Amino acid sequence: MSVKPFAPPAAGSRLLMSGNEAIARAVWDAGVRVAAAYPGTPSTEILEYISHYPDLYAEWSVNEKVSLEVAIGASIAGARSFCAMKHVGMNVASDALMTLTLTGVVGGLVIAVADDVGFSSSQNEQDSRFWGRFAHLPILEPADSQEAYEMTLAAFALSEKFNAPVILRLTTRICHVKCLVTVGAREIKRAANGFIKDPSRWVMVPANAQKRLPGVFAREKALAEESATSAFNRLEPGSDRRVGFVTSGPAYMHVREAFPNAPVLKLGISWPVPMGKVREFAAQVDTLVVVEETEQLLETEILAAGIPARGKDLLPTAGEMPPFILKKHLAVLFPELANAAETAAPAPVPVFPRPPTMCAACPHLGVYYTLSQLRNVNITGDIGCYTLGAGHPWRALDTTICMGASMGMALGMDKGRGPDDEKKSIIAVIGDSTFMHMGMQGLLDIAWNRGNVTILLLDNRTVGMTGGQDNPASGRDIHGEAAPRIDLAKVVESLGIDPGHIHAVDPYLLPVLFKTLREEIKYNGPSVIITDRPCVLIDEYKKQPAYEVFEPACTGCGNCVEIGCPAIHVTRREKAVKPSGKEVELAFASIETAACTGCGLCLQPCAPDAIRPAEPKAVKVEFV
Amino acid sequence: MNQNQTTNILVVGVGGQGVMTASEILSEAAISQGFEVKKTEVAGMSQRGGVVSSHVRFGPRVLSPEIPPGEADILVGFEAAEAMRWSHYLRPKNSPRAGVAMINRLKLEPPIVSLGLFAYPDDPVAAVRERGLEVHDFDAGEIARGLGDLRLINTIMLGAISDGLPFPAETLKACVVARFAAKKAVLAELNARAFDLGKAAGKK
Repeated sequence: MSVKPFAPPAAGSRLLMSGNEAIARAVWDAGVRVAAAYPGTPSTEILEYISHYPDLYAEWSVNEKVSLEVAIGASIAGARSFCAMKHVGMNVASDALMTLTLTGVVGGLVIAVADDVGFSSSQNEQDSRFWGRFAHLPILEPADSQEAYEMTLAAFALSEKFNAPVILRLTTRICHVKCLVTVGAREIKRAANGFIKDPSRWVMVPANAQKRLPGVFAREKALAEESATSAFNRLEPGSDRRVGFVTSGPAYMHVREAFPNAPVLKLGISWPVPMGKVREFAAQVDTLVVVEETEQLLETEILAAGIPARGKDLLPTAGEMPPFILKKHLAVLFPELANAAETAAPAPVPVFPRPPTMCAACPHLGVYYTLSQLRNVNITGDIGCYTLGAGHPWRALDTTICMGASMGMALGMDKGRGPDDEKKSIIAVIGDSTFMHMGMQGLLDIAWNRGNVTILLLDNRTVGMTGGQDNPASGRDIHGEAAPRIDLAKVVESLGIDPGHIHAVDPYLLPVLFKTLREEIKYNGPSVIITDRPCVLIDEYKKQPAYEVFEPACTGCGNCVEIGCPAIHVTRREKAVKPSGKEVELAFASIETAACTGCGLCLQPCAPDAIRPAEPKAVKVEFV
Repeated sequence: MNQNQTTNILVVGVGGQGVMTASEILSEAAISQGFEVKKTEVAGMSQRGGVVSSHVRFGPRVLSPEIPPGEADILVGFEAAEAMRWSHYLRPKNSPRAGVAMINRLKLEPPIVSLGLFAYPDDPVAAVRERGLEVHDFDAGEIARGLGDLRLINTIMLGAISDGLPFPAETLKACVVARFAAKKAVLAELNARAFDLGKAAGKK
């Protein structure tokens, strides 16, 4: 997708912005020169918005670790730099982070980490605030878009003041909540005019690194003093002193709404914990309650400091803490809520689930249909749209752990085979972007260690699940401009796969896909089948005329339904008895022509040729 | 609806129906009236035909961006079963300020229903009504088809709720028109008509 030129709104403008938009503007206003990220919900849009601003370098990196390393390089060259990632991205980047804390930074370096509180689009729920304690770095936690803007700016100043990277901890309710934000003006700041060589600082061999460790702890002490006096950590008095709340991030808004008269200590810098302020606050209230999303971090520290507090003994340790949850779980502390809490929140009525589906004509549909027809296979999967292959009707993906895991896990399944799996084939499924993010190393391991694994590399030339961002296989950069396009077949060959067992296959040609897969799973060694059709959500996908079911010809075999295309619907079900006496359920189908883009997958398993090009239905627009 | 209270509007539907655009326009209209606004949705996978719900809250001061269950003043259902799914968010009839559900009768069956794994409720609109909630329902799809474009459903739904807001319907209409005028004059005209037809349908 090519990005339109963008004229940044003037300083002083008041704009309806999501947290992600506000952070992007603050990054620009802070005079950042280099910004990098790998897409991941809910952080994706930060870099998308940054890339619209002029006069700074923005990139999609191949993974989060590289994005952080790019930011480190820019910082030690004297520029302000920024990277963004979702919570699990920091797991990947943490190798760099844990030594970056020793070297420190030159130009301000801010890392935005967005937690998917509530699992809207992630494989786990993590509390990224723990990185602050683990790496001895400051954590800033905004509570809305305006604070996200202000704290991002402040984070750069803080980073330069303490020569430390600063973590901006976000959650979905910051990233994807829109409210009005007043923006400022851009000011270019450079901490140094070039890289200053200093091996004692930048070459982290043991002798050098060891000497820097005491400085990390001294810095943490200094940061604690900063946290103690920062205006971001503020005490808000209240008339009802039965309970005083210590809270941070979006939970602050929920507490304020649920208990408008309660005193609140709002922590904008939540690591290091300003313990003096907490102690002072605790003395003013009957009971101190810590409300944090999601885990018990502040509370543990407060208890360890000898200050009595409650929190996770009453509140959930997962998910968001909206007002109705707070009222329900804290009713024991507010007798007047005891009855209200029972009746206040009406219960939902049961309705069928509506899980995400693959798109009509998605090239992955043919792959999963084919996999679902195979018996005696174990299939390791990965992270992306194709993870949906674990669902109905395919049920053709057996594992998902993390980015790239399909590779190593397939090798381990091969090497660790028990008697039940001796005759089974091991298949790994991974997408192009996930492969380049963290799958290539696993494939190298499979090739080197002679794994008996068949790999399906689904190249749809984009990062599909996060909305179609470019990657090295798309041949475009973050701005949509032409960029070198990686040749995946060559990469696979270079990693050690025999060229005789590398196949490029059109995933819309089911017989070819089926035949290739059948042959390769019989081969006792690693092979890679690369599918090569674009995601239907990107410009390269060309729609074809729609198909429809010719009803009199439909025999109700249901084969087309097994493709799993959301444009195919079952219109009626009937029980029938076969000549053999076996009872079968027939499913008669129709195609929603408005949604069909004519990929032709459903035609192929349709024995009676009941699927035909749709009669064109002209829709006339009339103006009275 | 009182200008000094927070107004809560929950817009629900299925990915691709324009739920987020509708709530964005509602937010713009509320901002133009000087309200503080917060808008939130969890839509990580909405593009894949999943559930989309967008919370719009506005008033003199808005804290939490999420509407608590039982406190929505208006539930805008772009799809019948989705309106049912979120119906516990609406203020009941017996509360001091009863809420209103404005529901498009459209039924969109997901593949999971088509595959026979789950049943689609027979009459989701009736189910919402049976909970003791104030319900207005109509076929926005029919109006959209009459205008020649199913994508007009979100404008029609905005029109349908426009008489129940703490600001004039014309304010919301102007925001709809402005959004499309930036793209194409003919689209602005079409959306203005869709808005008016929705407004009439919402009164019935």
